[in-house]
Amino acid sequence: MVSDILAIAEMEVRKLRHDPSEVLTRAVQPTLWLLIFGQAFGHLRAFDTGALSYQAFMTPGILSQSVMFIAIFFGISVIWEKDLGILQKFLAMPVSRLALVLGKALAAGVRALIQAAIVLLLAALSGVPLRWHPVGLVSAALVAILGAVTFASLSMVIAALVKTRERFMGIGQLLTMPLFFASNALYPLSVMPGWLRAVAAANPLSYMVDFLRGALVTGQLANWPADVGVLLASGALCTALATRLYPKVVL
Amino acid sequence: MVSAVVEVEGLSKSFGETAAVKGVSFTVAPGEIFGLLGPNGAGKTTIVRMLATILPPDAGRAAICGFDVRREAARVRQHIGYVPQALSADGTLTGYENLLVFAKLLGLKGTERKRRIAETLRFMQLEEAADRLVRHYSGGMIRRLEIAQAVLHRPRVLFLDEPTVGLDPVARKVVWQKLTELCRAYGMAVVLTTHYMEEADTLCKRVGILNRGTMVAIGTPAELKESTGNPEATMDDVFAHFTGDQLETGGSYRESRQVRRTSRRLG
Repeated sequence: MVSDILAIAEMEVRKLRHDPSEVLTRAVQPTLWLLIFGQAFGHLRAFDTGALSYQAFMTPGILSQSVMFIAIFFGISVIWEKDLGILQKFLAMPVSRLALVLGKALAAGVRALIQAAIVLLLAALSGVPLRWHPVGLVSAALVAILGAVTFASLSMVIAALVKTRERFMGIGQLLTMPLFFASNALYPLSVMPGWLRAVAAANPLSYMVDFLRGALVTGQLANWPADVGVLLASGALCTALATRLYPKVVL
Repeated sequence: MVSAVVEVEGLSKSFGETAAVKGVSFTVAPGEIFGLLGPNGAGKTTIVRMLATILPPDAGRAAICGFDVRREAARVRQHIGYVPQALSADGTLTGYENLLVFAKLLGLKGTERKRRIAETLRFMQLEEAADRLVRHYSGGMIRRLEIAQAVLHRPRVLFLDEPTVGLDPVARKVVWQKLTELCRAYGMAVVLTTHYMEEADTLCKRVGILNRGTMVAIGTPAELKESTGNPEATMDDVFAHFTGDQLETGGSYRESRQVRRTSRRLG
């Protein structure tokens, strides 16, 4: 099972080696958020981020958003593979459906991690004070992959239900923006009205942001069991759903 | 008597109101090339998908190498290869990498894996192109690569859905040649679907004629032609004789669109 999962994820790495352009072009949007939005709102002092500069505060938020974005739109590749015969071929092979789902989710994780590394580098270059602690970096990488796996599995569930690229794009957009704004990526929970705070508390993205903020910027990781726990639980749920629904993509 | 590698009995499948496959029965012997001939929309793809354990049947039973497709799907998958009609090779990887991922997923390891990939590339005459990206392959090369992927584990049965659609006559003949060689070299049975009468006539040992979900006749091409009473009969005549329809009609918009899409990508 593990070797199957790694085999599928390895293919993604090879694809990236042949054509890294997508990862580079996708880095543009987070860069704009960081440099333009971050600077502007930082100057405005619109949100009280305590001792942190606003840019330092939002960097983990932008990181998480780009991971989520890549992971959610990975589901498109599942539909793409169905339109081609690749998915049918996988289903006729002696590979468990769980391995197929986790393999694809991990592949999304690899892409997302590389993307996040680029964004992190850009943040560092633009002067954001980051903690370059090895444990912090490794744990941040693992949490980023975990978050990507969660959102990629979610996107596979959506792909299995909607089945066409057009419908998927519509729903993908519908999901990513609310998930991003109803989280602590751009502003602390304290500034949110009660109802929004409740939504943000139920949003796995908030927990990924919280962990990354602690590991990469503030050093405050008191919440890590909750962060990791929520991501693991939502990841397991989405993976289980995706495993059940993946074969139905071809129907 | 040698037991059949494919046994199908009363297989049926409906999609909503439409009965795509109605009570189809046939067997395939080891090492035999068996063709399912019929127009688009006859139910050929649905049958092959059920046998490849991708679609669950609604009724009837099917066994591959004695394993039931419903209850022992995992075992079935260890003994089959499947090449769908649509492109199933990844254009963003090289030929070698396409084979590598399948070899790994099929459980081949280490030097055996390397050897098997090299052997298969040589067999399919794709050695030189192995390190090129598949998006630069010709249609015939892509098809041969897809077949290569499906036979890495030397399955007992290979299922192919419209294997030569969209290929030029030369590429088509190479695919036929390779399939025949595979059968001979590895005792592999082949079940293919086609709407090309020449393919059924020259490549297949036995042919099952399918129309609107029903199997109307089974036999060797010679037997089927004989039964029309016309010594000069073509497979087209055979089809008309058994169904009252023409071979080249039929098929939905979706099927035609997919056939055209595949042809475009391969051509």
